[in-house]
Amino acid sequence: MSTTIATAAAPAGKKRAKMTDRSRAENRLGQRLVLPAVIVMLVVTAWPMIQALYLSLFRYRLTTPDDKEFVGLSNYGTVLTDSLFWQDTLNTVIIMVVTVAVELVIGFAFAMVMHRIVFARGAIRTSILIPYGIITVVSAYAWQFAFSLNNGWVNSWFEWLPWITADTNWFGSHWPAMFAIMVSEIWKTTPFMALLLLAGLSQVSEDMIEAAKVDGATWWQRLWKVIIPNMRAAIMVAVLFRALDAFRIFDNIYVMTRGAQDTESSSFLTYRQVIQQFQLGLGSALSVLLFLTVLLLAWLIVKTFRVDLAQARGEA
Amino acid sequence: MTRVRRALAAVAALTTAAGFLAACSASASGKTELTWYINPDSGGQAKVAANCSTDSYTISTQVLPQDANEQRIQLARRLAAHDSGIDIMSIDPPFSAEFSNAGFLAPLPQDLQTKLKDQSFQGATDAATWDGQMVVAPFWSNTQVLWYRKSFVEKAGIDMSQPVTWDQIIDVAAKNGGKVAVQANKYEGYVVWINALISGAGGEIATDTDKGLDMKLEIDSPAGEQAAGVIEKLAHSPAAPADLSVAQEGQAGSTFGGPQGAFMVNWTYIYNSYEATNKGFNKDIGYTRYPQTVQGEASRPPYGGIGLGVSAYSDHVDDAMKAIECLTSPDNQEVNAEITGNMPASKAGYEANDNALEKTYPADLLALFQESLDAAAPRTVTPYWSDISGGLQSTWHPPSSVNSSTPAKSQTFIDNVLHGRSLL
Repeated sequence: MSTTIATAAAPAGKKRAKMTDRSRAENRLGQRLVLPAVIVMLVVTAWPMIQALYLSLFRYRLTTPDDKEFVGLSNYGTVLTDSLFWQDTLNTVIIMVVTVAVELVIGFAFAMVMHRIVFARGAIRTSILIPYGIITVVSAYAWQFAFSLNNGWVNSWFEWLPWITADTNWFGSHWPAMFAIMVSEIWKTTPFMALLLLAGLSQVSEDMIEAAKVDGATWWQRLWKVIIPNMRAAIMVAVLFRALDAFRIFDNIYVMTRGAQDTESSSFLTYRQVIQQFQLGLGSALSVLLFLTVLLLAWLIVKTFRVDLAQARGEA
Repeated sequence: MTRVRRALAAVAALTTAAGFLAACSASASGKTELTWYINPDSGGQAKVAANCSTDSYTISTQVLPQDANEQRIQLARRLAAHDSGIDIMSIDPPFSAEFSNAGFLAPLPQDLQTKLKDQSFQGATDAATWDGQMVVAPFWSNTQVLWYRKSFVEKAGIDMSQPVTWDQIIDVAAKNGGKVAVQANKYEGYVVWINALISGAGGEIATDTDKGLDMKLEIDSPAGEQAAGVIEKLAHSPAAPADLSVAQEGQAGSTFGGPQGAFMVNWTYIYNSYEATNKGFNKDIGYTRYPQTVQGEASRPPYGGIGLGVSAYSDHVDDAMKAIECLTSPDNQEVNAEITGNMPASKAGYEANDNALEKTYPADLLALFQESLDAAAPRTVTPYWSDISGGLQSTWHPPSSVNSSTPAKSQTFIDNVLHGRSLL
């Protein structure tokens, strides 16, 4: 790593001339060392992507392989003009925006607690992280039972609220079902957000906070003017990871509703086309679109936070 | 020196591993091992597998997932990859045509087909036949009857000795504070109900199924409207259980066993599920033929069950054919029924082993099962059933959204799905 940075830092133009035999040999060795990893990456990631692109141009069903037919971009046409696709995309965006926003706020509070706590530090940090250690399918089942009409605790604990009764069927209509899914998702992944934010929080220099305090800044001002601006890179990484993760939401929906009540997400729709309907062509078109959406999202988030990724890695 | 030793160790490890792998495919005695992929049950299939193992082959079982659709997915994906590790499969009736059409099933010999046709119930034969050929061997057959609480109908004063209609039971339950338990979650079981309602009104979900994708959908018909009418009525009635839109067999069973239980449509095996937790409850259970969709028109109860298919990619097709002939013999159907509550696919199966089933079930209930199986309406046999079923689930769920325009809407949607114009 240090070699690369050193080379990059050398004045442009003279770079080649100044390279010694030794550094050139080191470079070559480095390239040879990463070659196996590059090949493995190509096989396990690039090849399936190319395969998906290729398959998306066919009408191809696993149970009627003889009817495989080249249809060009018509699968994309079918998908993009279908209301189900847009409904599911909207669901996914709603889940992503709501869960990431809630997680950011709660996660930040947790990070502050983990950062500032003076007593029972290990125990408290560990207990905050427990949900993240639980397998998503298990936590989804736990929440499904919690919201269940027959044996859940949510209805009996919250019966005092005017809109909840012992007979409230959370999975019986769209919004309550979406609510249950999001609660499960938030419970499960907030600790991850908190962990990423904690890393950012510990990078904020105490001297700056101290200086702000001396200048008479209130706690609120210190938070908004000193701590958060200095954590921008960490926040971006946290939001980026969680947003992309949330956009691919699958397990909670699979366990809790199986997509009933229009709670399907984009990945669930793709799963149903490829795995359940054996529609390899249509399903691949959906996967390609999902991939492009995730790429677009990543780009948008990086742009919004105006953070140089290289700077975030501490390379500049 | 170390290098040589390491190389030797690697060779030794590989040889051992290869030995283990070889041991997987054939047992030490050189006897063929037939692998039967079964749906989960309480041991009935394992027992008949042992009964049918011979000197030349043993039948071992492997359990598939609980959900019928998951079973289909696992089998189809492995068969599409020509997996020779599957010899015999337990296949849910709506998927046999799809598997057969895809070339996944080895054709049954004609004499075996004749034998199976002679012994099986009409509904079982219909569900196992695709393109004029019997493609799976009916093993057990399930049907639904109308279960009712004797105490409730006594209080409500309804005569259950005459055929009843859906309208009647919904009205009676609503008036007397009872619930009508059905399966209406977004899953195959809901389509079973829809199919029974449409068939009960003299309709069919689709005809001309030999035309493949261009089959004639008949959901948008008077029968379809009558079916939608029943679902709409129940969904908006006080007789609807609170968990109607998520209810599967188990939930329906608990509603029926609960304080408001009145009526329930459910499979044969439910009868034996109460005694363990609620001793004496069975005395309160009454049963009669599935309710009519239209007054005066005989009901068409649902058909379910399992057919046994032999994989076209098995290395032991001949042995597997012999095995399924034994597995589906009336005696073994009875043995399986006694253990699991999954009823035989043949009349001979009900009478096998000296009417052993009568020890567990009242004779009139066994007679009702057989009458229902003879009148049963299997779901449309077509390779595209999963599209039709999925389309119905998308458009008829939740039950409270069903109204008189649902049949037309679902027909257009399914037609679009079949022709790749809409996503399912």
